[in-house]
Amino acid sequence: MPKAKIDAGSGAEPAVTPAQDEDFALHSLQEALAADRRYTPNKEELLNLYEQMVLIRRFEERAGQLYGLGLIGGFCHLYIGQEAVAVGLQSALDSNRDSVITGYRDHGHMLAYGIDPKVIMAELTGREAGISRGKGGSMHMFSVEHKFYGGHGIVGAQVSLGAGLAFAHKYREDGGVAMAYFGDGAANQGQVYESFNMAALWKLPIIFVIENNGYAMGTAVKRGSAETHFYRRGTAFRIPGMQVDGMDVLEVRKAAEVALEYVRAGNGPVLMELNTYRYRGHSMSDPAKYRSREEVQDVREKRDPIEHVKQDLAALGVDEAALKEIDKRVRAQVAESADFAENSPEPEPSELYTDVLVERY
Amino acid sequence: MAIELKMPALSPTMEEGKLARWLVKEGDEVKSGDILAEIETDKATMEFEAVDEGTIGKILVAEGTEGVKVGTVIAVLAGEGEDASAVSASAPKAEAAPAADAAPAAARPEAPAPVAKKDPEVPHGTNMKISTVREALRDAMTEEMRRDDRVFVMGEEVAEYQGAYKVTQGLLEEFGAQRVIDTPITEYGFAGIGTGAAMGGLRPVIEFMTFNFAMQAIDHIINSAAKTNYMSGGQMRCPIVFRGPNGAAARVGAQHSQNYGPWYANVPGLVVIAPYDASDAKGLLKAAIRSDDPVVFLENELVYGRSFELPELDDHVLPIGKARIMREGKDVTIVSYSIGVGLALEAAEQLAGEGIDAEVIDLRTLRPLDKETVLASLAKTNRMVVAEEGFPVCSIASEIIAICMEDGFDNLDAPVVRVCNEDVPLPYAANLEKLALIDTPRIVEAVRKVCYR
Repeated sequence: MPKAKIDAGSGAEPAVTPAQDEDFALHSLQEALAADRRYTPNKEELLNLYEQMVLIRRFEERAGQLYGLGLIGGFCHLYIGQEAVAVGLQSALDSNRDSVITGYRDHGHMLAYGIDPKVIMAELTGREAGISRGKGGSMHMFSVEHKFYGGHGIVGAQVSLGAGLAFAHKYREDGGVAMAYFGDGAANQGQVYESFNMAALWKLPIIFVIENNGYAMGTAVKRGSAETHFYRRGTAFRIPGMQVDGMDVLEVRKAAEVALEYVRAGNGPVLMELNTYRYRGHSMSDPAKYRSREEVQDVREKRDPIEHVKQDLAALGVDEAALKEIDKRVRAQVAESADFAENSPEPEPSELYTDVLVERY
Repeated sequence: MAIELKMPALSPTMEEGKLARWLVKEGDEVKSGDILAEIETDKATMEFEAVDEGTIGKILVAEGTEGVKVGTVIAVLAGEGEDASAVSASAPKAEAAPAADAAPAAARPEAPAPVAKKDPEVPHGTNMKISTVREALRDAMTEEMRRDDRVFVMGEEVAEYQGAYKVTQGLLEEFGAQRVIDTPITEYGFAGIGTGAAMGGLRPVIEFMTFNFAMQAIDHIINSAAKTNYMSGGQMRCPIVFRGPNGAAARVGAQHSQNYGPWYANVPGLVVIAPYDASDAKGLLKAAIRSDDPVVFLENELVYGRSFELPELDDHVLPIGKARIMREGKDVTIVSYSIGVGLALEAAEQLAGEGIDAEVIDLRTLRPLDKETVLASLAKTNRMVVAEEGFPVCSIASEIIAICMEDGFDNLDAPVVRVCNEDVPLPYAANLEKLALIDTPRIVEAVRKVCYR
């Protein structure tokens, strides 16, 4: 096949159309997004996005507090700062048919899915009423009912598993799309590329979402990644990439719509890089000494996703009082979930042996 | 309502720390996310952030205080509309977090007992056909794929090539490329895709060209497939079969010659099956595909071509978790599985000539292990040898011996002896390979030993 690009030195107008340019598919989605970056919500939609983001933030702050009190144990990875990613993407999904899978930083995705904060918080405190009956913990939560498939503790595993969910959508021809979230750290795992290859080869309906929060635990992206523009990482497999401001929920939403349209049309996978930031350490036991307080403060002041939505709401004529009302409601909801999580009983000792296997042999 | 700010823990093990520095003072307005103080332990420093909005009322623990117990009230926050100066705290006290042992020590729960089961009767007059293990496995997959359209087969060379060992011969032709799927050489990836598809409601049969290559994928078999049902409180299942040849083949060297039975049998949440003959291969693979649990199904390349009697039944399904008495005997029990069963039967024939009547048990399922059948046989013969084609250390043989010690000690007239491969990586040279692998004479010798003959 002749190379589609013309000689850059000729100075002529590009002589190729998108159809002739074999690289076009790889950047066409990015171009579609660049042409129209932000979703235009009505007031009610935007208030709803705001409320979900505030719920995640308040929930995570409370989880951090309960961890500090010893009520939550083990590893606990908070989503504070990244709220716009899960909220924006989930808002574009069709909850009746699309499936979602993520890694261990999963509380925010579950809340964005509308899963009851009480059962999430009760799982964090290891109680019978928790969504995994207290046997999973922070990193291992699932809601098959909501097509939320976890909640996985092994870095990168959710990418192959997500490709499997996409395989099931295609096999059943149910029109669903799988969304697999992973971080900039997981993006260096080998199985991610094995999955890219098969997903592209078989045109699986999947959106790979890299939440680039800048740090793989304590390793800054530039110290761990030869190609720091993660949206380009699918190019070798002919997977189109998109680079998205993950701190702007409306851009995230718009990007999700562009990607979903492409994937649902049967074109195979899309890779999205969402540039975001986590305010807290990697997990609760990480004091985050690898970055300066000024760096964190700077993001909080200039890029905070919730403040961003507040400005958009003000532009739509929403006043402070309406936001205070939401904040109050969310606080009450989070306080209620914390009380529930603290006061629910631990699992019965007999639960030790349940659900090891489904069947008895 | 005033909010008490308590000394936080930096880690699950922290009990006390130093309140290094206050970054706010009494009367300051704070909003959530503001850093209030710095806490130090010998290991780390952490910033203590406000969760709630309000005004700092009283600071109860001065900065620089060492040994502040986790949970101690260190300051009080006045909420909206409250007079911060009027807020007083209840006496500072340390609140113990509810520890797991806080509840009265409950009686240790009993593990559920296995269900009683036996092989279905083969009706009198059933035609027995001669089938290779290879054909029996293929027929099992074919029948289950006809029965349930959620079942599909995926692996390297399973479709167009008809299977690296021809176990999937003819499947592509009958079921098409949608259900018989060739993968790139990428075990970790396709094991993950299969596992994800099972989570998503399908019934994958994932073929590894050999189980040696499944080590690249073992994370998904164990961390993703085996643990999900438990971690999700029974909510998310993973009905998948990982199958392929396992154990030593012939002259393929150390990296292609290992029995992974003990590896997988170690993991709760998995079912592990290792059949010997054609009837068990078919009946147990069908059961494995129907199971709602993840199954590791270990075949043996050297046995694929062997022919056995196979009952011609419409639906030949055998119970998982049930050992099979291959040969009844009264003097000694030889326990084995997979290719070792053939050697054990040969040994039993030879021993019969010497006047030793050996019972041979094929475990068939390695997890859950049929202890009852093993112990019942021990109670009858009082002597046991375990024959296993695999490394001796931490093996299935080790497990059988432990079971006999724990639950059958009074029935033992001699120590249980294991006959395994030598404890070395499998060598290539023909003579060395022969020396390394289990064989019939070694089993015969071990039986004589436990019979004091």
